[in-house]
Amino acid sequence: MAKTLFEKIWDRHLVRDLPDGTSLLYIDRHLVHEVTSPQAFEGLRLTGRKVRHPELTFSTMDHNVPTDENRLNIQDPISAAQVEALEKNCADFGVKLYGIGDSRQGIVHVIGPELGITLPGLTMVCGDSHTSTHGAFGTLAFGIGTSEVEHVLATQTLRQKKARTFKVEYTGKLSPHVHSKDMVLKLIGMIGTAGGTGSVFEFCGEAVRGLSMEARMTICNMSIEGGARAGLIAPDETTFEYITARDRPFAPKGAELERALAQWRSLPSDPDAVFDRTLTIDASKIAPQVTWGTSPGMVIDVDQPVPGLNDVAGYSAADVRKALDYMGLEPGQKLTDIRPDTIFIGSCTNSRIEDLRRAAAILKGRKKADSIKLLVVPGSHQVRLQAEAEGLDKVFKDAGAEWRWAGCSMCLAMNPDKLAPKERCASTSNRNFEGRQGAGGRTHLVSPEMAAAAAVEGHFVDIRSWNGGN
Amino acid sequence: MDAFTTHRGILAPLDRANVDTDQIIPKQFLKSIKRTGFGPSAFFDWRYQIDGTPNPEFELNKPRYAERSILLTRNNFGCGSSREHAVWALAQDGYRAIVAPFRGEGDDHIPGFADIFKNNCSKNGVVTIELSEDAVEEIFQAVFAEEGLEASVNLADQKLVLHKASGDVEYAFDYDASVKNKLLKGLDDIEESLQYMDDIRQFEQKHDTWMVS
Repeated sequence: MAKTLFEKIWDRHLVRDLPDGTSLLYIDRHLVHEVTSPQAFEGLRLTGRKVRHPELTFSTMDHNVPTDENRLNIQDPISAAQVEALEKNCADFGVKLYGIGDSRQGIVHVIGPELGITLPGLTMVCGDSHTSTHGAFGTLAFGIGTSEVEHVLATQTLRQKKARTFKVEYTGKLSPHVHSKDMVLKLIGMIGTAGGTGSVFEFCGEAVRGLSMEARMTICNMSIEGGARAGLIAPDETTFEYITARDRPFAPKGAELERALAQWRSLPSDPDAVFDRTLTIDASKIAPQVTWGTSPGMVIDVDQPVPGLNDVAGYSAADVRKALDYMGLEPGQKLTDIRPDTIFIGSCTNSRIEDLRRAAAILKGRKKADSIKLLVVPGSHQVRLQAEAEGLDKVFKDAGAEWRWAGCSMCLAMNPDKLAPKERCASTSNRNFEGRQGAGGRTHLVSPEMAAAAAVEGHFVDIRSWNGGN
Repeated sequence: MDAFTTHRGILAPLDRANVDTDQIIPKQFLKSIKRTGFGPSAFFDWRYQIDGTPNPEFELNKPRYAERSILLTRNNFGCGSSREHAVWALAQDGYRAIVAPFRGEGDDHIPGFADIFKNNCSKNGVVTIELSEDAVEEIFQAVFAEEGLEASVNLADQKLVLHKASGDVEYAFDYDASVKNKLLKGLDDIEESLQYMDDIRQFEQKHDTWMVS
């Protein structure tokens, strides 16, 4: 019988179906960070259990870490305690840790692929909803709660119900300066933040095939913002090139690699595989996207006005009013009249080398507007080193940006990088929820290029027709 | 986990859709390495004013809901971040059940609860009840009209009973059979799964994780 990519991975990891209607699914890789793991390790201690496969478990610190020069000395004692707890837990249970100061430290969803931990056809989990990122490799990857983190640590399995399959096909080619962030925001605007609930997306089509691995990760990363726990892209030559072109310590090599490649090539959905749901989007018609509200589904094309109370599908007039009041906006306003105070380029959505290159291409030889604070935060120490080797740090600094160290930074403001009440931010991150970037802060989600251009002009621009501020 | 059989308590309305877990428990409380102490911080940014005093505008702060234990809300509750702290906060703030509406069927289906949140509730003995939009609207109106309105959740029978002054109104709800069994008996997931350790070992012998040692 013809199978989808999801079904192939599911079948290969099914330990057994259970009498209660769930299935025991084997987990190949478990990523751990400091925020959602302490209670899970504590649970192991209380029951006298061990980590079943420490060699399949990888941990790093990202949410709490400061990103400035003084990052090694965490000032907030509660953050410091959480980081120390992870150090102790990893030492006690024999789990690898890439801590602050380690050259492999970074946002968990950036270092997984970078180190070759993320590979096609595997199952992967992390106590973090953006684990969907790794689906870009054809990896079934999803976020779990802390109780499930403990379950995976103890058993290397999860009890799951099989998800529905949801194919999202992007036909045609993208317009210049429109990129994967716009593709995924467009999808969320169409189906809403609950549209993918219970499903696993498979992103496909000409526009997806043309994307780099970094760009594919951006799309899969925001699957959860469309309600789906996971998003998949079938592995292809672009995937294999990413895995083999650089030294990725945990990726197979030599004869093992040949054996792996043969298996990976068998993963793509069969041509006649049936999906539970299918949606086709014409990529050539996608415009740069900007969110105006307090949910990723509250998003419009850059050349559309801020919507009226009754103009937003899926949201009541009261919800729209609440969102507009929070954001300090009025219906009919042009996005190009909106002036952010802060620009944040970073997060597990858009902090990889290609994201920084795209932002740097806009900022090269230009300066940020005086009114703007510009923060560029690479996703990992390795990304930071590579950016510096390419001279991108100089471009950013010359443009007036702060060039930071790796971490989640202002995406969720668990560290010192946060917005003040009513401070407005154009952000390359993934969530524009109330208070996400700091209590009272106002977030507009955009692509790295849109963020960089807004930094130059001091307001949003339509990157497609922008003349570079000349 | 304690078993859940039946619960009777006061309903409290949170008349908002798409409430995300960042609102249920903001990030600053995620720094705790404990499993307890989250209750007073539930809905923090809505619940308190800048000076730390309760925000009188927030619906759940009204004195009539002080003793509530069942939350009534709108669709897609608990979307966003996977933080289980959101469920810990609600449970420790006294909520035993949450009622939210689903809409439509098939491709148009919008659930009452986000996936990961619902799953996290099932690990902590919080019952997530999905009813039709019409039913939930009816319950909202009843809660607004009648102070101290109570409801009973009977998990075994999958029924929510609204105890109105004019008489009981009963709503049947669908519930995942595996989760129901687990909650009714107060079973521990890990303990259950460890019973299949032989299957896991057998699976591991033929399964390749491609891990480079």
